[in-house]
Amino acid sequence: MSDVALPTLKAKDFTTDQDVRWCPGCGDYAVLAAVRKTLPGLGRKKEDYVFISGIGCAARFPYYMETFGLHSIHGRAPAFATGVKIANPELDVWIVSGDGDLLSIGGNHTVHIMRRNVDVNIILLNNRIYGLTKGQYSPTSERGKVTKSTPEGSIDAPLNPLSLALGADSTFIARGIDIDAKHLTVLMQRGAAHRGTSFIEVYQDCNIFNHKAWFYASQKETRPEFTVECVHGEPIVYGADRNRGIRFVDGRLEVIELGGEFSEADCMVHDERNRLQAWMLTRMRHPEFPEPLGVLFCDPDVPSYDSLLEEQVNAVREDRTGQDLATLVRGRETWDVE
Amino acid sequence: MSTQSPSRPPDLIDLDSVAIRFCGDSGDGMQLTGGQFTTTSALFGNDFATFPDFPAEIRAPRGTTFGVSGFQVHFADHHIHTPGDAVNAMVAMNPAAFKVNIRDVEPGGVVIVNEDEFTKVGLKKAGYAPDENPLDDESLSTRYQFRPIPISRLTRESLADSEMGAKDIDRCRNMYALGLVYWLFDRPLDATIEYLEGYFGAKKNLPKVAEINIAALKAGYYFGETAEIFPVQYRVSPAPLEKGTYRKISGAEATVLGFAAAAQKASKDILYAGYPITPASELLHGLSGLKHLGIRTFQAEDEIAAVCAAIGASFAGQIGVTGTSGPGLALKGEALGLAVMLELPLVVVDVQRAGPATGMPTKTEQADLLQAMYGRSGETPCVIIAPSGPSDCFELVVEAVRLAVRCMCPVLFLSDGSIANGAEPWRIPDLDAIDPIVIEHPTEPADGDEQYRPYRRDPETLSRQWAIPGTPGLEHRVGGLEKEDVTGNVSYDSENHDLMIRQRAEKIQRAAEIIAPLEIDDPDGADVLVLGWGSTRGAIMGSVLALREEGHSIAVAHLRHLNPFPRNLEAALEHYETVIVPENNTGQLKMLLQGRFLKPIIGINEMKGRAFHVHELREYIREHLDGGGS
Repeated sequence: MSDVALPTLKAKDFTTDQDVRWCPGCGDYAVLAAVRKTLPGLGRKKEDYVFISGIGCAARFPYYMETFGLHSIHGRAPAFATGVKIANPELDVWIVSGDGDLLSIGGNHTVHIMRRNVDVNIILLNNRIYGLTKGQYSPTSERGKVTKSTPEGSIDAPLNPLSLALGADSTFIARGIDIDAKHLTVLMQRGAAHRGTSFIEVYQDCNIFNHKAWFYASQKETRPEFTVECVHGEPIVYGADRNRGIRFVDGRLEVIELGGEFSEADCMVHDERNRLQAWMLTRMRHPEFPEPLGVLFCDPDVPSYDSLLEEQVNAVREDRTGQDLATLVRGRETWDVE
Repeated sequence: MSTQSPSRPPDLIDLDSVAIRFCGDSGDGMQLTGGQFTTTSALFGNDFATFPDFPAEIRAPRGTTFGVSGFQVHFADHHIHTPGDAVNAMVAMNPAAFKVNIRDVEPGGVVIVNEDEFTKVGLKKAGYAPDENPLDDESLSTRYQFRPIPISRLTRESLADSEMGAKDIDRCRNMYALGLVYWLFDRPLDATIEYLEGYFGAKKNLPKVAEINIAALKAGYYFGETAEIFPVQYRVSPAPLEKGTYRKISGAEATVLGFAAAAQKASKDILYAGYPITPASELLHGLSGLKHLGIRTFQAEDEIAAVCAAIGASFAGQIGVTGTSGPGLALKGEALGLAVMLELPLVVVDVQRAGPATGMPTKTEQADLLQAMYGRSGETPCVIIAPSGPSDCFELVVEAVRLAVRCMCPVLFLSDGSIANGAEPWRIPDLDAIDPIVIEHPTEPADGDEQYRPYRRDPETLSRQWAIPGTPGLEHRVGGLEKEDVTGNVSYDSENHDLMIRQRAEKIQRAAEIIAPLEIDDPDGADVLVLGWGSTRGAIMGSVLALREEGHSIAVAHLRHLNPFPRNLEAALEHYETVIVPENNTGQLKMLLQGRFLKPIIGINEMKGRAFHVHELREYIREHLDGGGS
């Protein structure tokens, strides 16, 4: 970091001259606004941001961010991002793409960037549908989903993105909702500060092909009943009147009613450093459980791929000072022809 | 193995060249043995060419024919071009190796076999009928200089006092055989002793293993000296190579060194991203040890991730390189299309192997040319170059990087299995004589532009500028959607799309301005041109020189640039009445040439998983000489 004072940036500094081409009412707009609002507060120079996406509606994101951007090919954004970070670890790299892109065609790369813990931020815009190809079921669509490609209903079981991330030894997972920009901003700030892969799942509404898919979690009336905000160090309590909680008993989680037999003291305390507990949280699915929001897991002690690489490169360079190209080209055994 | 006039005492016969094949089970250490013989011959001053030939299976069931591994080395007192057609001397460590390789030994050639392995079990594993032992065939002794030797027993006896286990001792059989062959061809042992001390002694910290290997090597040598099983020794004198300092080099090594040189000449780090695949993995291995010379490597989760990471590195300002073989190139196709659209530098090494599908992974072929040319969606022209042999990889890799940054496009480098694994002498180049690779990243918008225009082109080269993240004020977006000319904004405009396709194609064609013209070797004004590309060069040169010696006049030329072609190619094709193109495919270059220049081409095509044999290619060519195939 230079000691030159950073310019004061505003959301509009991150806005390009390109018309945003998402459908009116698409949840992506809210996320775009939240990202533009978040970046100025992160203390980085504008030219150090790189936004990378795959293919899909969400993948148009980079065109709307006045930063360096790479709109790549289907599913491969994490691979491009890894190359960018290897080449220049100083850059602040963000991957924004959808559920089909990051979990289906690109599932492989998503898993591998997480296990390597490359220092990037991934925002998964999960709308549980294929939007750009006009409405086929996605890897997160629920079983039984009737779509253009599943007239009798999908027989695929949906994939749980956060469980997948934990399975890949992700070091940061969080969940937010498209219309709650304030909450998203906090998650993105946390993700950006994390040295490693941060993975934020955003429940995003596709108002054309899968409208209201997340309404149970996103709407004012139902959100308190069907979601729970997890705050590190605090008991896991939810409900409009904070009248319910999650308790860990007999090796499993259960919903308890507070006020009678149980109190907050009986509830499980959220510990974002506890991987096993995070696993249980990601398995809490609607409607049996409220779905957890917030930072569900964060392990800041795992070194990032790029920091390990830099360490290795620097160590080798120091170790082999004097071993130059000419010596290498010459090799060990030579002979002279007169 | 023609004998020259005897100028030595009768016990030492001068030969002008010898091809030896070491063969045995894939666990018998034949590649190491052949490699050591090669190094020793190189240090002795011979010209040489090698042909390692091994199965794709790492350890096929022991003693079976499909587990046979061979290493052929051709060494000579004059300039040679190929690993040799016929084998002059063979060492077979087991019945399976004998069975597979004996047909390649020329009549009168030396055949050494380890007779201890020709047991009932060994013979059965090699697929011989019960009670059949090929060594009983009396014609072996009349047809060859046939020497059955109990190599296993002699190795054990010579190491009986070593206190090492039977397993370690048996592993020294190859060194015993090597020692014997060293004696037969009057070679010194020093280089191999030094290698064994360094490898087992210092590197693996197994001094005892080094000791018994060296003891076996020496025992084999002394056995040759004292046992009088060969009446003579042979000598192949040093070759009169061009003055200079030489080393042995394989195509894979030369490719690795080429990238290190390119990084230095470009003053830029290179990211080599790859996924293990035969026969390209050697590049990943070699480059992964060069972090101190500006090379980073990334073993990706798959072929697609490898090319994408390389493109990502180029976007961020390093030079992205990926390497693979044909099946991997197919997987990278979509990303290559993106690289063409993004107009970023990228080098893709394709070490071709016999296909389709998994094909024959350890065998060579030249059948990816059309894939390199056309194997992607849409109009996606790339630069394509191909080295003509192992050492040529060095210079051509540097050129690949130079072309990639000049043209801001993918450059496909078509090597193949025989180039990558084959080795030859290499005159060590003067690194200072290599021109720097000049790269300029813009730091502000071009004159007259208010903001950075990523697709504004250089009027000469038609290349766009390479602005990299971290540069204030040059923030911009690139992607796979069609770009608007100059601004790079997404555009579905029909006129613009037509223009952009033509510009991307023309940009590639303009690379011809800096590539070397085709060199035509035509000493006596021939009507026939033999035109090759890639690893066929050795066999073509061998054939053409032999035919010239017979009095035929033939011109010969070798294409190292396949897209764009050298500017003088069209005139060359017009000039010759007959143009013959030998290829290890069904006629891919032939098709490109005929399509582009409307010139009838005669193809000579062979897909046998190995390079042409000189004597066969010579006969194929002869059919088309002097008015053609009578």
